[in-house]
Amino acid sequence: MAPRVDAFYLFLVGLTAFFSILIALTVIFYFVKYRRRSPDQVGTRIEGGMALEITWSVIPLLITMVIFGWSTNLFFAFTRPPAETLNIYVVGKQWMWKFQHLNGQREINELHVPVGRNVKLIMTSEDVIHDVFVPAFRVKADVLPGRYTHMWFNPTKPGRYHLFCAEYCGTKHSGMIGEVVVQEPAEYEAWLATGRAEGSLASAGGKLFQDLACNTCHRPDAVGRGPVLQGLFGRQITLGDGGRQTVDEAYLRESILTPNMKLTQGFQPVMPAYQGLVTEEGVLQLIEYVKSLGTQPQSQPVRPASGGPAPGETHTPSPNEVNR
Amino acid sequence: MASTAPIAPLPTLPKKHYLNDGTTVASWLLTRDHKRIALLYLVAVTVFFVIGGLFAVLVRLELATPAGDLLSDDSYNKVFTMHGVMMVFFFLIPAIPGTLGNFLIPIMIGAKDLAFPKLNLASWYIFMIGATFGTYSVLNGGLDTGWTFYTPFSTVASTSAVVPAALGVFINGFSSILTGLNFIVTIHRMRAPGMTWFRLPLFVWSHYATSLIMVLGTPVLAITVVLVAAERIFSFGIFDANRGGDPVLFQHLFWFYSHPAVYIMVLPAMGVMSELVAASCRKPVFGYTFVAFASLAIAIIGFFVWGHHMFVAGQSVYAALIFSILSFLVAVPSAVKVFNWTATMYKGAVSWQTPTLYAIGFIGLFTIGGLTGLFLSSVGLDIHLTDTYFIVAHFHYIMVGGTIMGYLGGIHFWWPKMTGRMYNELLAKISAALIFFGFNLTFFPQFVVGYLGMPRRYHAYPPEFQMLNVLSSAGASILAVGYALPLSYLIYSLKYGKVAGNNPWGAVGLEWTTTSPPPTANFEETPLVTWDAYEYPARVEGHVA
Ligand code: HEC
Ligand SMILES: [Cu+2]
Ligand SMILES: [Cu+2]
Repeated sequence: MAPRVDAFYLFLVGLTAFFSILIALTVIFYFVKYRRRSPDQVGTRIEGGMALEITWSVIPLLITMVIFGWSTNLFFAFTRPPAETLNIYVVGKQWMWKFQHLNGQREINELHVPVGRNVKLIMTSEDVIHDVFVPAFRVKADVLPGRYTHMWFNPTKPGRYHLFCAEYCGTKHSGMIGEVVVQEPAEYEAWLATGRAEGSLASAGGKLFQDLACNTCHRPDAVGRGPVLQGLFGRQITLGDGGRQTVDEAYLRESILTPNMKLTQGFQPVMPAYQGLVTEEGVLQLIEYVKSLGTQPQSQPVRPASGGPAPGETHTPSPNEVNR
Repeated sequence: MASTAPIAPLPTLPKKHYLNDGTTVASWLLTRDHKRIALLYLVAVTVFFVIGGLFAVLVRLELATPAGDLLSDDSYNKVFTMHGVMMVFFFLIPAIPGTLGNFLIPIMIGAKDLAFPKLNLASWYIFMIGATFGTYSVLNGGLDTGWTFYTPFSTVASTSAVVPAALGVFINGFSSILTGLNFIVTIHRMRAPGMTWFRLPLFVWSHYATSLIMVLGTPVLAITVVLVAAERIFSFGIFDANRGGDPVLFQHLFWFYSHPAVYIMVLPAMGVMSELVAASCRKPVFGYTFVAFASLAIAIIGFFVWGHHMFVAGQSVYAALIFSILSFLVAVPSAVKVFNWTATMYKGAVSWQTPTLYAIGFIGLFTIGGLTGLFLSSVGLDIHLTDTYFIVAHFHYIMVGGTIMGYLGGIHFWWPKMTGRMYNELLAKISAALIFFGFNLTFFPQFVVGYLGMPRRYHAYPPEFQMLNVLSSAGASILAVGYALPLSYLIYSLKYGKVAGNNPWGAVGLEWTTTSPPPTANFEETPLVTWDAYEYPARVEGHVA
C-alpha cells in the first residue's frame, strides 16, 4: 500500500505547491505593481465578475471530486482485506500491546509477521482507546474497548518497523510503542515454533470452554440448552426478533459477554453473561475455539489453527440450520 | 491635502469619548458600553493567550530533544492539554467576536450599542467564571485528557481535574451562546436607516454566520461535557463499553460542536480579512455577495462534516465516504474567498502598512492550511496522517495562521479607532515579519515529521525525528518574540502614540466617520446610509500612506 499512498500524497503535495505558489506570486505581484503611490489614491472600482466567480467555484469543485475519487479508491483497498489472511489478535492496554498468534505464540510490544503475506489484525482494548499505527505501512486503526476493529497490511520487505500508539491514552502514551518484525517465511515459521507450550489459541479456548462450563449447555449432539456451536462461524442465523445475523468475531464476542443482547431464535435467555468473568484474551481464545469447531465454506477461510480440527471436519447439523 | 501634510493641522483627540466617560473601576466593570466590554475581553483573552503560550513554550522545549527529559510524562500531558484548552476555549473562540466583534458590529451598522447591552456584560462575566474554573483546574493538579476529552479515558482513567475543567468549558459555552444571540438580534434589528443587508460590511456577515454556529452548536458541546462530568461522578455508563455504553458516541457529540467551532474561530478572521483587504486596496471586495454567502455556506456545511475526525475510529465505510465528500465541499467556499481577496488587490491602491502585511500573511497561511485540509478529507490518506504531527501542523495553519493573523491584523487596523492613537509602525512591521517567518519555521516541519510518522501528543519520540523538531522549536522562539513585541508597543502607544484622527487609513465604513475613540453613543446622530459597503470616492483625504 505504501507506494500507492505515497503517489497520492505526492499528487496532493504538487497540487498544494501549485496553488500556494500561484496565489503567493499573484499577491506579491499585485502588492508591488499596485502599491499606493500617493496617500490619497483610491483603487479602481471593480465590483466582481460572474464568469470568474463561477470559474473559481467550479474548478476547485472538480479538483476536489477527482481527489475524492482517488482517495476513495485507496480507502477501499484499506477496508477490504483480501480473502486469504493470516489473522493475529491484538489486545491493547495502558500501556502495552499484546499480540496473540493462532498457534498460541504470544508476544508483547513486538509483532512478528512473515513477508509477503496478507496480515489481518483483529484488535480490542482492555481499557481506554488506543490506536495501532505502523507508519511504514501507512496503516492506522483505533483499538476500542468492547469492540473489534480490523486492519490489514502486506509487508513487502523484511526488517523492523515502528509501531506507535496513535490515540492519546494517558501517562505513558508515548511509551506505548513497539516494533513490527517482518521476517522471511522460513524464519517466521521457526520463530513461531519457539515457545508454544500453552498450545494453540483454539486449544486454550477449548480448555476454557470446559472450565467455564460452557459445555454443559453447548453440546455437539444438540441436546444441551444452548445451540450447537459446531459449524456456526460464518453462518447466517436468525435472531429471536426475526433479524438476520452473520456470525463473525464481533457477534461471538457479544454472544459470550452479553448473550441476552441478541437471542438466537428458538432459545431461552438462560445463558449467563460472562462480562467481567473472562479476560479479553480469554474471549479471543473462546472465539478461536468456536471457529475451530468448523466454519462455513462461504466465510473467509482462516488458516486452520493447529490443535483444532480443520474447517468443516466436525460439522454437525444443528438446530440453527432449521432456521435457514 | 496630503502633499501639504507638514502644514496640515495635526489631529487631536476628541474631548469626550467612551474611554474618558467614567474613570472609576466600577465604570468599567459595570459598563454596558459594547466598546468597553470589548476592551474587557481584549484584556482577558490576552491573559489567556499568554498563559496558553507559556504552555506551548514548555511543549516546544520538551520536544527539542527526543528523550522525555524536561518534564515528567504526566506533566507533559497536562501541559499540552492546558495549552489546547486555554487556546481553544479561552482565546481562539472568544478572541475576535469578543473584542473586535463587540467593538465594531454596532458601529459598523450605525447602532448605539448591541441589542442587549446588559446581556453583553453578563456574557463577559460568564466567560470569566468559566475561565476561572479552567484556571482552577490548572492550579489544582491540571488536566491531562487533551483538549478533546476523549472517553473512556476522560471518564474512567484520568485522575486529573476533569470535572472543574468540563465545568469551565460548559459555563464558557453560555457566554458564546449569549454573544451569538446578541449579535444575531443586533444585526437583524439595529441597522441604521439605509443600511440594507447587502450594504453590510463583510465583517458583519461573517459574524452573523459565526453567531449561527455559536447558537446552534454550543449547546451540543455543553451537553457533551455535562455527560462527561456526570459519568465521572455518577458512573452512568453512557460511554462505558463494559456496561453497554459507547465510547465513540462521545466523539460524535464532541466533534459535532468542535468541527463547527473551527469556523467559530476562523469565520470572524475571514471577516477581518475582507475589511483589511478592502481598506488596504481602497476598493470594494471583489464578489461581495459571493464572499458573504460563502460565509453562510461554510457555517451550514460545516455542521455536516464532523465524522472526518473519526475515519479510523471504526466508522462504517459509507459514513466515512459521506463525511469525506462533504469535507471536500466545504473547501470550495473557502477557496472562493481566497480567490476573491486576491482579485480585490487587482488595480487596487495597495497600502504597505502593517494591516496589509497581516492580510497577505493570512492569505498565504490560510491557503496552505486549507489545501492541507484536502489531504485529511481524503479518507485513504487520512488513515496515515490522522493523529500525527501533520494534523497538528494543519490546524495550526488554520488557527494560528488564520485566526491569530486575522485577530492581530484587525487589532492593528482598528487600534487607532479603539484607542485614538497610532502604534510604532516600524516595530509593527518587524513583528509581523517575525510572526510570519517564525510561524512557518515552527509549523512547516511538522507537516514533514507527521508524514514520516511522528504521532501527536508524544512526550518522547524516536531520535530520527529530532532535526525537524529542533527546527520547530527554533521557529517557536522567533514566534514568541513576534508575539511579545505588539504587546509592548501597543501598550506604549496608549500614552505616547501619535494621535490618529478619525480616519487614519483613509478607509470608508461607518466606524471611520465617527471620532477616534468614538463617543459612548458611537455617533453624534444616527447615520443615514446611502452608499454601499466599500464605496470609495474618487480621492480620499490622505493620512497615513
Ligand atoms: C446455562 C446454559 C449456557 C451456558 C453455561 C452457556 N451458554 Fe451459550 N448459549 C446458551 C443459550 C440458551 C444460547 C442461545 C440464546 C442466546 O443467544 O443467548 C446461547 C448462545 C451462545 C452463543 C451464540 C450461538 C448462536 O447460535 O447464536 C455462543 C457463541 C455461546 N452461547 C457461547 C457460549 C460460551 C463460550 C459459553 C461459556 C463461556 C457459554 N455459551 C455458556 C446457553 C448457555
Ligand atoms: Cu496511546
Ligand atoms: Cu473537523
